[in-house]
Amino acid sequence: MAFASIFVPQFMLQAVVRAEPALRGRALALVEGNPPLCRVVEVNEKAARAGIVPGMTKTDAAQLAGLEIRLRSRPQEKAAHAALLDVGWSVSPQIEDTAENAVVLDLAGLTQLFRSEEEAGACLAQRASACGLLSNVAIASNVETARIAARGFSGVTVIPAGQESQRLGPLPVGVLVPTTEMAETLRRWGIHTCAALAALPVLDLSERLGQEGVRLHALARGAGSRSLAMAEPGHSFEETMELDDAVEELDPLSFVLGRLLDQLCARLAARSLAAAALRVRFQLEPSGENAFDIRREMFRRKHPPGLYEREIALPLPVRDAKMLLKLLRLRLQANPPGAPVRKITLAAEPARPRPTQGSLFLPGFPEPEKLEITIARIAGVVGEGNVGSPSLADTHRPEEFGMQRFLALLEAAEKNRGQSGSQHPEKPRAGSQIPASFRAFRPPLPAKLELHAGRPTRVLFQGRRGEVRAASGPWRTSGDWWREDPWQQDEWDLEIEFPSSPERGLYRVYYDARRRGWFVRGIYD
Amino acid sequence: MSSKAAALRIRVESALAGRVATPFEYRDRRIAETVPAGVPSLDAMTGGLPRGSLTEIYGPPCSGRTSFLISTLASRTAASEVCALVDAGDAFDPYSAGAAGVRLQQLLWVRCRNADQALRSADLLIQGGGFGLIALDLSDVPPQVVRGVPLQVWFRFRRAVESTPTIFVLLGQESNAKTCASLVLRMQARATRWSQTPESAGESAGKIIVPHSPGCLLGGWTSHAEMIRAHRKLEDHQPVQQDAAFADAHGCGADFEARIVWKA
Repeated sequence: MAFASIFVPQFMLQAVVRAEPALRGRALALVEGNPPLCRVVEVNEKAARAGIVPGMTKTDAAQLAGLEIRLRSRPQEKAAHAALLDVGWSVSPQIEDTAENAVVLDLAGLTQLFRSEEEAGACLAQRASACGLLSNVAIASNVETARIAARGFSGVTVIPAGQESQRLGPLPVGVLVPTTEMAETLRRWGIHTCAALAALPVLDLSERLGQEGVRLHALARGAGSRSLAMAEPGHSFEETMELDDAVEELDPLSFVLGRLLDQLCARLAARSLAAAALRVRFQLEPSGENAFDIRREMFRRKHPPGLYEREIALPLPVRDAKMLLKLLRLRLQANPPGAPVRKITLAAEPARPRPTQGSLFLPGFPEPEKLEITIARIAGVVGEGNVGSPSLADTHRPEEFGMQRFLALLEAAEKNRGQSGSQHPEKPRAGSQIPASFRAFRPPLPAKLELHAGRPTRVLFQGRRGEVRAASGPWRTSGDWWREDPWQQDEWDLEIEFPSSPERGLYRVYYDARRRGWFVRGIYD
Repeated sequence: MSSKAAALRIRVESALAGRVATPFEYRDRRIAETVPAGVPSLDAMTGGLPRGSLTEIYGPPCSGRTSFLISTLASRTAASEVCALVDAGDAFDPYSAGAAGVRLQQLLWVRCRNADQALRSADLLIQGGGFGLIALDLSDVPPQVVRGVPLQVWFRFRRAVESTPTIFVLLGQESNAKTCASLVLRMQARATRWSQTPESAGESAGKIIVPHSPGCLLGGWTSHAEMIRAHRKLEDHQPVQQDAAFADAHGCGADFEARIVWKA
């Protein structure tokens, strides 16, 4: 049985670099604390070579030209930790959430998946890299050796069974994470490596350092044996970024959103999942007028920041970051946040991807991803509620219908096709008869009618006067008396002849008893 | 000389490799696949609606244009195709379309407020691809506005659908697409049919019918369609390209009846 440990060195830095890949390869220092007492908490190798050390004040660190300084971000660390767990779950269901920057996974039963342990280690490192984390991976026969080796060796390390003590020997005692007192004691004894610690007699060590000393001794020999404390698989896919300067324009915002979506999609891909819906939440910066209470200016009280929340439901689960970014851009163009954005949170609702195969007996369909973008673009032209599929309401109320989301799904068409035999039999039409169609005037056109013995004889609407050549009606309908907007109408079908036009028109007009007026509902065409 | 020409030909072909498959081959006129519109008499006359082409249907209000379009949408959605209707005047009536057999779940309805929105939406839909039929209904847009649409717009639409299986149908009051349309139909209303005739109502012929009785219903009307332009080859192997008089004289017209379907 083998265990693999994934360890992310300089985790706080990597969590920031993961969301801002441009920082990779540059001197970077992370600071924490309230200004002006911000202190450096972690530096990368390049910054360390330039003399920046943890504990320096931000002011001192800023004197180094070319040094990038970022604030430590707990939300980004949380997202990076979730990504690390996703990497583990992408390979094995048995994961231990060892620390914020480390996980251990059980590789038992994965011999069908990987030809060798080296290949398993390389795969884990590659998947972590795809999620934006540069990690050390170590594989050993027990949990503790794997965990210690991952902390001590960079890259991929495989320790064969029986060689634990030999391989861990050169590592500093610090990788065993002793307590401060214990570390000081060992330092005073001149014990600096695991090999030196392992060479000490265990009984004497027990007398002087107690059970903790014995535990460290076992770890140094690579004999620390324990079972995994299993972690429950999480289903939260959320990425957050706090911006140093609030962003108002869409282009720079899209740049940040693109990076977050890349990370979100990489995490989903690692778990073989896709996004069924995307939720975006912006924390907005109070605008100039609202920043202070004008009436009580002396208090200079800031209003709480506003929130902008939107949800994009997707027709099919997708994990294409470019497509999601396009949709998000179109949605933001149609409904801009209205204030500079301070903090961005993107969350994906995970779902299993649905691989579909085109049917041999069905015509081509629009690609769901492409169609969603097309619909979003059209919605930007005609408005959100003006594009979709019409849905009929179970009522006699005129013009009562809804607009629902257009889902051109292959399965739905196949289902329709299956039902067509029973519900919509395709019978040949007799002769050349087709059902007549109606065109609605929205809103109905106000009209003036002349009546003779209760029958319409002349009509005036849209500045045109016409003679009624034939009429059928009135067809009296009413309903919804229990609602605030009941309806009561007398409908007529009229054949109208206009002097200005050689053709006659077939119109439907109605008298609205509640509004006490005549209206033209539409025309037969 | 011939070897020089051959060498030159090879050089040109290699330079255009990947962009133009056969630069020196004559490109035959594509024979468009046609599908029935769901109106037997018109299908017999036109041979059906051509895929990858622009079909224009025009006529005055109440001439049966919309009934023909809805019938076509019903036919295409019944064949499990996905259709789109770009409605420039927001005049589509879902109830009469549902009664005519259109599967509304397979219809994308774009409700526009003007011709500009409609043209932009149609452009996006064509570029998106995958639709069996895209209808652009400009019937409620004033003819002078549609006349102002540059010809290159229709030409671009034609080119965009050319190599796709999409049927692009344009509805209007006048013919505007000109030579960009592969099939042009002109619609005209003929006679209105009421369930009670003047004779049955006991009145003399020619008088105004005002039945004013629940027994008298609007039954429908007869429309006449003329094929003004088509790429279909006739018996004499000449493409049809004619005016209305020619259509009447040569029998390139067909009647169909639009029948009112009353909701139960």
